[in-house]
Amino acid sequence: MKKASLRLKATVLSLLVLFFLLLIWQIETLPKSAPKPVGAATSSEYADLMSAGGGESTQKSGFPTPTQLGQTIYKQLSNPLYDNGPNDKGIGIQLAYSLARVGLGFLLATLVAVPFGFLIGMSPLAYQTFNPFIQILKPISPLAWMPIALYTIKDSSISGIFVIFICSLWPMLLNTAFGVANVRKELLNVAKTLEVSPLRKAFLVILPAAAPTILTGMRISMGIAWLVIVAAEMLVGGTGVGYFLWNEWNNLSLSSVIFAILLIGVVGMLLDTLIGRIQKAVSYAD
Amino acid sequence: MQTEKAFLKVQNLGKSYKSDGPPVFAGIDFEIHRGEFVCIIGHSGCGKTTILNVLAGLEEATEGVAVMLDKHISGPSLDRGVVFQGHALMPWMTVLNNVCFAVKSKYPDWPKAKIAEHAQKYLSMVGLVNAENKKPSELSGGMKQRVGIARAFAIEPKMLLLDEPFGALDALTRGVIQDELLKICSETHQTVFMITHDVDEAILLSDKIMLMSNGPNARIAEIVVNTLPKNRQRATMHHDPLYYPMRNHLVDFLVNRSKDLQAKSASGVLDGHKPVIVRPGIDTPLSQ
Repeated sequence: MKKASLRLKATVLSLLVLFFLLLIWQIETLPKSAPKPVGAATSSEYADLMSAGGGESTQKSGFPTPTQLGQTIYKQLSNPLYDNGPNDKGIGIQLAYSLARVGLGFLLATLVAVPFGFLIGMSPLAYQTFNPFIQILKPISPLAWMPIALYTIKDSSISGIFVIFICSLWPMLLNTAFGVANVRKELLNVAKTLEVSPLRKAFLVILPAAAPTILTGMRISMGIAWLVIVAAEMLVGGTGVGYFLWNEWNNLSLSSVIFAILLIGVVGMLLDTLIGRIQKAVSYAD
Repeated sequence: MQTEKAFLKVQNLGKSYKSDGPPVFAGIDFEIHRGEFVCIIGHSGCGKTTILNVLAGLEEATEGVAVMLDKHISGPSLDRGVVFQGHALMPWMTVLNNVCFAVKSKYPDWPKAKIAEHAQKYLSMVGLVNAENKKPSELSGGMKQRVGIARAFAIEPKMLLLDEPFGALDALTRGVIQDELLKICSETHQTVFMITHDVDEAILLSDKIMLMSNGPNARIAEIVVNTLPKNRQRATMHHDPLYYPMRNHLVDFLVNRSKDLQAKSASGVLDGHKPVIVRPGIDTPLSQ
């Protein structure tokens, strides 16, 4: 009961904060009445240059108002799947491109990182052998790989997937290795005394024991992948939300840029929630 | 005493973790017969758990051998069931699946239904039929340990190894599970090797109590034959005239002699020494 009322309070406050932010935004971006020329002649020339004192009676701030943003959101979302050629696609299509790249890169990274992390976690020798490579490769910004990827792969779209692959790889790899290496010794001893075969031990003891840690790695990877895809698409262009955002900037359509920013945030949150759900499902109380 | 062929024979067992330091224990010799319940008591650090791990096949001794049924113990085996100190249940499996996992390891060819039935039989033996679909985290400490015991019994091992199974339990729960263990062991004629710190627990459960001197250089100093009648019970045991001589003997050992023996052992006096076999209250006069 108390918990429910806390949640209710928080929701009301969140909505209030949102309302005030929108209100301030609206007031700040409202068309202002033209400023009267203020006395000195020196400033009138400046005002002319700024075209403020021209014939116009009102001045428009270039920044969109919340109402304009609302119109843009409505317009984009009411027709998300149109395709009018390379530079004019609906946001649904752009989003699908980005999600497909992230999904594919992430999937490939999982297929490599989990088995490889398993190996490294199980074998101290393998860990010591590969650790220097991992430590050097891990801190490299995934975008730094872009030129190499473009040169060798010669396809901007696949290069984007490669960049997602590279950035998703490390957190998953290290977390898998950590989770596997830290399975409670007691549980491994149980498996030993029961003469469990290596394969059965891997899938029925080590994997479930390490699953929460592995999923933590996946969650971090997914977060990074979604950050990186926007930047990668800005760089290589063509399709995707990142490209959409940059394209709208070139069109000087700030309301579309803000719309894209909000969309990236919402989708990122949904992806995180999705993996969070899976993580919860494989977690266990000790 | 030695007429029956030994079920388990340990000869000159020793373990040192550092090659230059003194061994944790050395020259450990003992035998366990089929159906015997043997407890080992000693202070922390004397290597009890290491001995148990060697018998389980989880650790290797530095010297000496352990032989069970004419076969050297060189690794873990389904012939020896282990109940670990901290229950060691798989936290993501239900109680039933924890036991089924063990049964499936022992009898891989059995159909699912038979495995479940077998597991349920042992769960009901420790009084846990109603908890079979719970996760270990939903159980109390005593119930978890019972699952551990059911799991060890379910693989029908030739020998059961218990590493202080009741150490973390409160006195009431401990008593109940001790009674259950006693009942199951006498029904199944299980051979048991158990580590304990609790003198009363040892008197209640075991046929033979091995006393270890302190480590390093720990030895088995005495083998105390339990002189109390077989059908002893927790509630009435302390009225038996042999109970106090027995108990005093064990406590005296732990308080005084275990230390003196360590000094002797370190100076090499005990090399080649065989443990003394004691029957408190029978060998010694009853009046204290």
